[in-house]
Amino acid sequence: MPDETKSAPTPPPEGDKKPAADQPAVPGGVKSAPSGSVQAETKTIPSQPSPPSDTSSPPKPAAAAPTPPAAKSAAPAAAGHPAPAKPAGPVPLPWDSPLVAKLKRSYGSGIDALTHLGQNYMVVDRSLIPELLQLLRDDEQFDYCVDITAVHYPKREKQFDIVWVLYSFARNERIRVKTQIAENESLPSSVPIWATANWLEREVYDMFGIKFDGHPDLKRILLPDGWKGFPLRKDYGILQQDNEWVQINLGIESGQ
Amino acid sequence: MTDPRSISPLDLETPDQTFLDANELVINMGPQHPATHGVLRVILRLDGEKVLGLECVIGYLHRGVEKIAENRTYTMFNPYVDRMDYVAAVSNGLGYCEAVEKLLSVEAPPRAQFIRVILTELNRIASHQLWLGTHALDIGAITPLFYTFRDREEILKIFEKYCGARLTTHAFRIGGLQYEAYDGFEQDVRNFVSFVKPKIDEYEELLTTNRIWLERTKGVGVISGKDCIALGVTGPVLRASGVKWDIRKALPYANYRNFDFEIPTGENGDTYDRYLVRMVEMRQSLRIIEQAVEGIPEGPIMAKVPKVMKPPVGEVYHSIEAPKGELGYFIVSDGSTQPYRVRVRPPSFVNLQALDVMCRGQLVADVIAVIGTLDIVLGEVDR
Repeated sequence: MPDETKSAPTPPPEGDKKPAADQPAVPGGVKSAPSGSVQAETKTIPSQPSPPSDTSSPPKPAAAAPTPPAAKSAAPAAAGHPAPAKPAGPVPLPWDSPLVAKLKRSYGSGIDALTHLGQNYMVVDRSLIPELLQLLRDDEQFDYCVDITAVHYPKREKQFDIVWVLYSFARNERIRVKTQIAENESLPSSVPIWATANWLEREVYDMFGIKFDGHPDLKRILLPDGWKGFPLRKDYGILQQDNEWVQINLGIESGQ
Repeated sequence: MTDPRSISPLDLETPDQTFLDANELVINMGPQHPATHGVLRVILRLDGEKVLGLECVIGYLHRGVEKIAENRTYTMFNPYVDRMDYVAAVSNGLGYCEAVEKLLSVEAPPRAQFIRVILTELNRIASHQLWLGTHALDIGAITPLFYTFRDREEILKIFEKYCGARLTTHAFRIGGLQYEAYDGFEQDVRNFVSFVKPKIDEYEELLTTNRIWLERTKGVGVISGKDCIALGVTGPVLRASGVKWDIRKALPYANYRNFDFEIPTGENGDTYDRYLVRMVEMRQSLRIIEQAVEGIPEGPIMAKVPKVMKPPVGEVYHSIEAPKGELGYFIVSDGSTQPYRVRVRPPSFVNLQALDVMCRGQLVADVIAVIGTLDIVLGEVDR
């Protein structure tokens, strides 16, 4: 049963772990060191403080040390899975740019701008939401709303992260805007700002039950009308479905 | 009666005002309709032959891919992404693998990068060939279907020889490749390039100056670059409307920055321009493949990735230029073996939203042409 896969791939105890990283480079042909004839050689692995590949190569010290302190601080309230002990990956750093400085001047502490894995995002206060997005489009040329989505953290007080992925053709820059809302809170729709938000918000509503005020036609998009429950919430099991709907509309007993 | 062309396409209030005027007819098309390329249902509002507006009903193929992802390990979820855009499975896999690699802060070795680019570009050609065949068939030209499927077969043969699968290939692994290129891979690819070049000319001979084709595609389904951006439309549709934007150039991924290729654009944003853009794209893909196949370096094909993958806590959005547009993956890791959340930003889903705008004021028969020209795959729309 799929639910059990949670426990299936239990990692071996860290101490016994052989350098698993040496995945066989697959047979077939003699592998000499990369010959210098390639342009791609100029590429370098991003120099992160401690790339996760280190996790396995020197396993013993990692196992001996207690939970590294930095791992926890960066973690969002991890629901479901217990946070495993492991060396910290790269942590988000403050993101400084003229754009951020400008926004901070107008909105002050409502904006927390961070950069992580080379990607910039800002965590903003919910109250700034339509205004800030409008400003980003009108004044900062973020004219393309790539995606709108949500993440559910049931153990948090404000259960949902809403994420807008924005792109500016003029600046060739992609950023993410994130805000948090509680379960019964709604958000102003961004359809007046980007027409593409129409279906994207409908999908967020369909999957998470988050309402967008002022949306022209907020109804389910992928699931049938009349379906009960919001599947991408963490409390919606993977085998769960609206049995009543299935019986009435499909005339079959649920096989699940 | 207001002329539907005068209704601003993005004016979201207007449609309902004219709804069910005395002359209006509401017609249901699909979901079981041969020209909707899968299970797409379109509710058309017509004034005689003229389309006043339409509404798409989707979700018939919804399988809950994003939910499944949360209950699988990173490695286990890899084959599922092939089942979204199943005619461009390799692209889906590339996007997913690169997104997880970003979370893990690893990079595939150069040799793997080259093979990835070759397979992905081959897949782009295969996807465009399938598009061309079915699109032309919808419009009434039957021959291109046979030609494109005949030639696409050669690509599928290379896939099959490489990884054993033709359609849902699962060609890439997180960190590189599982399989070394088979003996004679390079030669097969070179042969394919020289084989298919004259074939693309052949398709063009059949269509580019064909009078019926011109009548059915010129000025049909026009969308401006501005509307494309507002609606989030990407890929060949955006480029045909004159916006020169391709993620391979704008935000390069894999090792695309090493290759020399052009981004074709159109001027009118109509069905004909989209056709031309895709034809040029096929040729440009061949150009990339030619460069890549000569430059495959020796070396490992797999980066050092832990067997049990536990990406550090964090989130990443990574997108690639799939044959249909921007395919993005937003992955949230909570430090465990399973992704906390995987969001797929499907190009077909977002592009399909433009169908309404593109069809207004057109004739019913043109709706078929416009659905074809958007190049949607319902497996990706519904996920």
